[in-house]
Amino acid sequence: MSSNTNTVEYVKKDLPASVNKIGIALLIAGLLIIVFSYFVDNTRSAFNNLILLMFLTSIGLGSLFLVAIEYLGGAVWSTPFRRVSEFLAAVLIVVPIIAIPVYLNLHSIFHWTHTDVVAADPILSGKSAYLNETFFAVRVVVFFALWLLFYFLITRNSKKQDETKDQNLTTRNIKLSAVFMPIFALTITFASIDWIMSLNPHWFSTIFGVYYFTGSLLAALAAGTFIIVMLNEKGYLIKGLKKDHYYSLGALLFAFTNFWAYIAFSQFMLIWYANLPEETVFFMDRLHGSWVYVSIGLIFIRFIIPYAGLLSQPSKMNAKNLKFFSLWILFAHFYDLYWLIMPSYSKEGFVLGWMELGFPLLAVGIIILVFSIKSKKENLIPIGDPKLQRGLDFRL
Amino acid sequence: MSDKILYSYTGLFDTPDEIIHAAEKTADEGYKKFDINTPYPVHGMDDAMKLKPSKLGYFALVFGLSGTFATVLLMTWMTAFDYPIVIGGKPFFAFPAFVPIIFEVTVLAASVATVLTMLFVFFKFPNNSHPLHDTDYMKAVTSEKYGISIQAEDELFNEEKVKNFLQALGAKNITPVYFDNEELNVKHAVFEPKFISLLVVVFILVSGATYITLNKLMFITPFNWMMEQSKTIVQESNVLFADGFGMRNPVAGTVPRDQIPYKFKGDPEGAGENLANPLIPSKEVFALGEVKYNTYCSPCHGFHAEGDSRLRGQFPNPPSMHSEKVRNWSDGRLFHVITEGQNIMPAYSSQLSREERWAVVLYIRALQRSLNAKESDLQ
Repeated sequence: MSSNTNTVEYVKKDLPASVNKIGIALLIAGLLIIVFSYFVDNTRSAFNNLILLMFLTSIGLGSLFLVAIEYLGGAVWSTPFRRVSEFLAAVLIVVPIIAIPVYLNLHSIFHWTHTDVVAADPILSGKSAYLNETFFAVRVVVFFALWLLFYFLITRNSKKQDETKDQNLTTRNIKLSAVFMPIFALTITFASIDWIMSLNPHWFSTIFGVYYFTGSLLAALAAGTFIIVMLNEKGYLIKGLKKDHYYSLGALLFAFTNFWAYIAFSQFMLIWYANLPEETVFFMDRLHGSWVYVSIGLIFIRFIIPYAGLLSQPSKMNAKNLKFFSLWILFAHFYDLYWLIMPSYSKEGFVLGWMELGFPLLAVGIIILVFSIKSKKENLIPIGDPKLQRGLDFRL
Repeated sequence: MSDKILYSYTGLFDTPDEIIHAAEKTADEGYKKFDINTPYPVHGMDDAMKLKPSKLGYFALVFGLSGTFATVLLMTWMTAFDYPIVIGGKPFFAFPAFVPIIFEVTVLAASVATVLTMLFVFFKFPNNSHPLHDTDYMKAVTSEKYGISIQAEDELFNEEKVKNFLQALGAKNITPVYFDNEELNVKHAVFEPKFISLLVVVFILVSGATYITLNKLMFITPFNWMMEQSKTIVQESNVLFADGFGMRNPVAGTVPRDQIPYKFKGDPEGAGENLANPLIPSKEVFALGEVKYNTYCSPCHGFHAEGDSRLRGQFPNPPSMHSEKVRNWSDGRLFHVITEGQNIMPAYSSQLSREERWAVVLYIRALQRSLNAKESDLQ
């Protein structure tokens, strides 16, 4: 049954041109609104830009993690559509460009970049060995460099395998993934500390890296699941993908929705129980004014609704349900990032206007465009992968 | 073989592909009551057999939710109503603190109850007799073969047809399986009196053995080491000191604060001659003397110093203080008796301070005057 030489027949079909057009339209619309909003309110736009940066990092880095974990775990079920995650990981190439406006507005976003404030504040002075602009810039460059390095190394081998069908490339990618894993764990933790946690530099939470990782993985899984189900329904993917594959994707979405709730509640409960001022400040901000509705909404949007929607076995196999909840979870991740970042901009209550609209539009536009450009150049199926046939034979 | 009833027709296959194919064909043919036995789980068998999804998940959901709600009620009742205690300054109804417990109980209730439901409701535990047991068919499918068994209960069952059908599928070793009527457990064996009495016996044995082992054989007095502390205890010997006494004497040549050593120990005459009352008679001093006299002296001497003890019969009565002898004693002589005691009267120096003793002496003088007043007192 399980042979390492696959005889899978795959005829590459180009995505319709309308996909590209939608991507470009969203990109231009988003960009126009963003440029305009930067003129109207620079600080508010910079905060929104940070949300966009974290969102796209989630998609790109989470997808790269999914590719690496597939190699590392020797998973076969996800091999037929691993390319989708590889294409989504290409978003990482765009992320440094998104980071530029954030970097230019560092002073209006990050409190700790003001040296006079730091000098007057004993807590911030104590943290200044880590939280200073030079080291921050070095870290950001190192993160981007490492992520892009592993993105190029892993996908290059995968791409090469389409022609050579060389099994050693899989072995090489397993080794690369093994090296990438600890680097991923450290970089995503420190990236979340630098970009989100340091918005309130007095506050700290040791579980925060895991919190952002969970959200990232959910976002990457949701984006991947939506694209896989769409492409499969339209027949762009290989024949042989079954309910079993859908079920596994749905089960992962369900599992990580639970995991998010577990992590988020762990963070909340310890802070609530200990009741220390330097820790509770995070939740005090988010329970203040109209933010309390956003906080309560987060529980429903991020956990209760997708939990109920993906609980039963048939619901994970139903393509329509799966597509709906993939989009829902993507939205929930954006909502979560808004909840994490925006209270530092407006403490009195949440703000929502046309300025918040441009960034999600740009995010979706970028994801669609990156995906369609990559799919034009490369196969949607890793046809040279030795695990492909076994992936198609996968049953629960 | 007259009491034997046909259970099913069985057939064997050599590969998992064949058995999947056979299962599909059998289900397509319309058979509902048939089973597949394989040495290991063959993926995709549920679909091939056209089995409906298991109902077990609903049991898990119901039991899990019962656990959730029971715990919410339990925690609310205990911490907010029955025994409210402030813990860490949190409100009595501290929902975030309940969540871990709710989660644990939900998981526990769902998993334990689901396994028990599976065993007792779906598998009809403890009924362990099945017609397929101890057949050559069962021996084969538990080692290397893949077997199918079409039951006689099925509506479409017809011996000849099934035999031919299995042959057409390519099955080997097509054999009928029979069973004794006695073997059949139609009822749930759970409710058999024998089974229930077995459970009761097991319960009594296990809990009895546990009780005897833990509370009798392995009994250790809880906290008995609290009685064996090496601290100094009054009136007890103590190894910490060279003389072995727990209670210590003051250091030689020193005096405790606020105490003046009594000069006339064992010398009542000396005291009578040399000591004079330092107190100036006043309302407050007499009031103090009255309180102290009534507390410490009156039980034996009586409220009027006449020797009419309230403890009559338990101690010998003391003599009256209105006698000529006592009236002629100086204040110092009276003070000495209170300080050191006399005959069976104990010393009161530890109960009464020096000042209080002198106040009592003044009060006794007043009592003496009340029965032997001079004429000048009347004016």
